Amino acid sequence: MDAFRRTLLKGAGATGAIAAALAAGVLKPSQVLAAEINRAAFEAKDIAGALKGIGASGAAESKDVVIRAPDIAENGAVVPVDVASNIPNTISLAVLVDKNPFPLTSAFDFANGAVPEMALRVKMGQTSLVEVVAKTADGKFYIAKKEVKVTVGGCGG
Amino acid sequence: MADPMKIRAQMKGDTADIRVLMSHAMETGQRKDNAGNTVPAHYIQSITVDVGGKRVLQGQTGPAISRNPVFGFKVKGAKAGDKVVINWVDNKGDKRTDEATIG
Amino acid sequence: MKQRLGMLIAATALATAFAAHAQPAPKKAAPKAPAKSAITAEFEKFREVLEEDNPAELFEARGEEIWKTRKGPDGASMAQCDLGLGPGVVKGAYVRMPRWFADVGQVMDAERRVVHCMVKYLGYKEEDIRKQPFSNEQRTPDHVSVVTYVAAQSRGMKIAAPQKHPKEIETYQIGKEIFAYRAGPYDFSCATCHGADGMRIRTQDLPNLRKPDQAVRAYQGWPGYRMTGGFMLTQQWRMNDCFRQQRFPEPNYLSDSVTALLAYMTVTANGQVYKGPGIKR
Ligand code: HEC
Repeated sequence: MDAFRRTLLKGAGATGAIAAALAAGVLKPSQVLAAEINRAAFEAKDIAGALKGIGASGAAESKDVVIRAPDIAENGAVVPVDVASNIPNTISLAVLVDKNPFPLTSAFDFANGAVPEMALRVKMGQTSLVEVVAKTADGKFYIAKKEVKVTVGGCGG
Repeated sequence: MADPMKIRAQMKGDTADIRVLMSHAMETGQRKDNAGNTVPAHYIQSITVDVGGKRVLQGQTGPAISRNPVFGFKVKGAKAGDKVVINWVDNKGDKRTDEATIG
Repeated sequence: MKQRLGMLIAATALATAFAAHAQPAPKKAAPKAPAKSAITAEFEKFREVLEEDNPAELFEARGEEIWKTRKGPDGASMAQCDLGLGPGVVKGAYVRMPRWFADVGQVMDAERRVVHCMVKYLGYKEEDIRKQPFSNEQRTPDHVSVVTYVAAQSRGMKIAAPQKHPKEIETYQIGKEIFAYRAGPYDFSCATCHGADGMRIRTQDLPNLRKPDQAVRAYQGWPGYRMTGGFMLTQQWRMNDCFRQQRFPEPNYLSDSVTALLAYMTVTANGQVYKGPGIKR
């Protein structure tokens, strides 16, 4: 589990706080996972807030963060997005949709041989930039953006 | 209880290609049902993947992941016969764990 | 005339699109569209990506579970269900329906036969099934999952709906007539929208179902995982929805007219390879 020390996912200092809470008997172990969710980032209502939530404000734009997504999505309910980082020592990837009510869709941490590459499907309510953030082991952030047009929105379901 | 996941795990060269389908409503909390009532938010919030006994991936997801989520990822250094264990937990505390063997 | 038809089709499509998706229209005008063929090409490219991992498999698995493990009140199971190739035989059965079933003295399509068996062997109540024959966001009914399983068991096989029994031939003929039958407030028939090459409504191009290579689209991808809502829809649903597009009264679930239309389109597509449950917009 140590491999995941420096992830995007934990809010700052969360791990220590949880350990302390567990020790004090305030939290049951079953609550730990939920408590670790980076709520600030997932509940942010704009892209700036979401990026801040994962610590990625001011991430450098990079062509080595690769986004494969349709130029125009057939249906916003299911937009296939493949993301990857060619930056050495990438340990996390986060996928954001600018114009969604909550831009952060998901974030993933990789370790023990997992390649920093992820295929997923997201909902998009309207035409928007899809933004992907890569984090490296030395704590640097890189970002890439791609516009996906949506004619049939997908936030109803 | 939630339906089982469908996991496919196949070696391609020195890398395992793993795909998983999960059965989940992934409700945003903004949709109304036929009767006009808001359907409460219900979505997978966290995912973990272990291969050969080691944690290779952990993820957090919000309601903007499509219904019946599909994820694909790759693990270098895995080998045929390794066990893949995938787990998800949703915002209501429902969870599910399924296994597959890399082929 | 051509102009008038075009306008009507557009209007119908708009109205039904809103009803069908039960979600608000995009608030802003649709983005300026590139050439239609480019859109279609882009859709098709990513349709392949989506089909690689199709959530339809989740329903297939649920259907398989019902087929293999459920028991009726008197201990019967789907192992007794004859889909035309003998009791319990599922492989290859889907691509050989609609067909004549002597036990009921009827030509049945796959969904009709599956429902028949689930009622007869597993104790499902037909009136319950009729209460919600098609899937929605809340629920994909069991029989739809079973149809999905049965269909998947014909993946990669050639469509071969039989035309031997006189009733099979008659059913095909009736289907052909229904396909061309014009009526309703717009004087539409199926052929109005599906009887010529290159017709389209908004971004959807409509297959010319009279031609074998396109008639296969009545079959290919059905049952389909619907992206909007995330559930399975069958050919029966497609037919009902097209009757609605046509401003006809919707047929009763599992009616003879739907079996006839399916027989007509399936026989037209005979010889083409069925790729299994698909994904639909
Ligand atoms: C007002 C125009 C209209 C009429 C009339 C109409 N349809 Fe359709 N049909 C559509 C539309 C729109 C679609 C959806 C196409 C899509 O989603 O790509 C469709 C789809 C279909 C499909 C599925 C094609 C596919 O690619 O999956 C079949 C089969 C079909 N119709 C059969 C019929 C039959 C049989 C009739 C007569 C009962 C009929 N249609 C009448 C407009 C119409």
